[in-house]
Amino acid sequence: MSQIIKTATRDAYGKALIELGSTDKKIIVLDADLAEATRTGKFKKAYPEKFIDCGIAESNMMSIAAGLASTGYIVFASSFAMFAAGRAFEQVRNSIGYPHLNVKIGATHAGISVGEDGASHQCCEDIALMRSIPGMVILNPADDVESRLCVLAAAEHQGPVYMRFGRLAVPRVFDEDYKFEIGKGSILKEGNDITIIATGLMVNEAMIATQKLQDEGISVRLVNMATIKPIDRDLIIDCAKKTGVIVTAEEHNIIGGLGSAVTEVVCESVPVPVIRVGVNDKFGKSGPALELLHIYGLDADNIVENCKKALELKK
Amino acid sequence: MNDLQKKELDIFAVKARLLLMEGIFNAKAGHPGGSLSICEILAYLYNCEMKVDPKNPKDPDRDRFVLSKGHAAPALYATLALKGFFPAEDMKTLRKSDSYLQGHPNMNLVPGVDMSTGSLGQGVSAAVGMALSAKLDKKDFRVYTILGDGEIEEGQVWEAAMFASAKTLDNLVVIVDNNNLQIDGTVEEVNSPYPILEKFAAFGFNTIEIDGNNLYEIEDALKSARETKGKPTAIIAKCLKGKGVSYMEDAVNWHGAAPNEELYNQAVEELTATLKNLEA
Repeated sequence: MSQIIKTATRDAYGKALIELGSTDKKIIVLDADLAEATRTGKFKKAYPEKFIDCGIAESNMMSIAAGLASTGYIVFASSFAMFAAGRAFEQVRNSIGYPHLNVKIGATHAGISVGEDGASHQCCEDIALMRSIPGMVILNPADDVESRLCVLAAAEHQGPVYMRFGRLAVPRVFDEDYKFEIGKGSILKEGNDITIIATGLMVNEAMIATQKLQDEGISVRLVNMATIKPIDRDLIIDCAKKTGVIVTAEEHNIIGGLGSAVTEVVCESVPVPVIRVGVNDKFGKSGPALELLHIYGLDADNIVENCKKALELKK
Repeated sequence: MNDLQKKELDIFAVKARLLLMEGIFNAKAGHPGGSLSICEILAYLYNCEMKVDPKNPKDPDRDRFVLSKGHAAPALYATLALKGFFPAEDMKTLRKSDSYLQGHPNMNLVPGVDMSTGSLGQGVSAAVGMALSAKLDKKDFRVYTILGDGEIEEGQVWEAAMFASAKTLDNLVVIVDNNNLQIDGTVEEVNSPYPILEKFAAFGFNTIEIDGNNLYEIEDALKSARETKGKPTAIIAKCLKGKGVSYMEDAVNWHGAAPNEELYNQAVEELTATLKNLEA
């Protein structure tokens, strides 16, 4: 059995930025005194002339990013999700979103897997906030392979992109030949009884859940949804038609995230039961990340349990 | 600038006032007070100071202007229209649902608008980003931004000021329209930002206080800004809110209200008389 490779998606973000730095793209990376933690520090070391530290002033950083983008730069602006999407929401909305400027927000430390720092730093609301901004693309990769591809795709995309990365090292899910496209989900396994649509670090848990359900004779279609916006409507509708019931899984509040996006599509097109696994409208707390994930039901066992509930609804 | 050139700019400013009042009257909404206050500053910037071309408004090497106090959009639009960025008759469509002239500036719709603004405190940061871009690319374009004196109550303004100074952005000129009035009253009554000059000085700016409706003083301040190396410049421009329309001058109630027909006609009469005097 091959050894499981574990990498935090923030590490992949930092590496992908360095890869971009070596191209002829007009890249500039901004951070708000968190370069070590967001991993933009590695880019700074490689390309000091393409890195600007804005200090502890995220709102200012986002509007500066807008000004730089207006002159032709592809700007990567980084901070923790809490401050990038939360504190600077209105700057992202008005300075970046409204003029549709070419700013890529690299938000690390998303979700409760931040761990010991506790609720003040565990952002489970960022996807909901960013989804409400017209024209914003939201990418929530599952592992290091997908994170790299998301960063490269974001650099190619014209307009604002919100990229969501984690602090915790997570198992690699994808092969090196995995293809990523903004706006497209990917079917990781075919099945007929139920669909699990997962995003971010919940993709790995969903894979474990799929195996457990399979062992009990339940056929699962497993979908990875790295693009939360624009959501892959066609694939969701296909899943609803094919399996007649869906369970979503995300490390985010069940309000406003992937579960909401899937539910909206399903309700308006092919109304079938949808159960949302995620943070159940609660703040996080301090603790080791893996422990917290279990406490908040962000694990394979809870996905299995909810799949069984969902299958009951289907009857 | 000689006396004749000054007179031409004064005429330009009065024409801008007439045009912006026409826009606000037709829209039955808008912000006349803080628009009328900055017409001389805009007249100087767009006629004498800035390297901009109405035929090539997206020239990457152009100087930039950001109206951080975005609610004064009618003054910016009037100035741009008089400079030929778009037809002056379009001012009649201001704030209408089929118009590109939004209540607050939109960079993607209006030729000559370099940044979408309206939410106070953000435009100055975007201007800082543009000035930073010029430095990074070793380009010589300069960046100008006008803020309201009420606007500087926004904390982001001081984040931007700290950054601009720390990065020695001497290609940035921050102009504060210090007309002393904001929506809820005088700036002292609401949440005094004074002393403004000393605050910018403490943040490391070259600071100059001027009469913001006096073109000679505007010229001198902008020359000083150009000559200042290693630090950004803040010009505290003492402006008369509502300038040129007697009943709007220094009157808090004309921050965000349009005149009725009678009052509009009075405004046109007064401004036309001023124009005739200047042209005589």
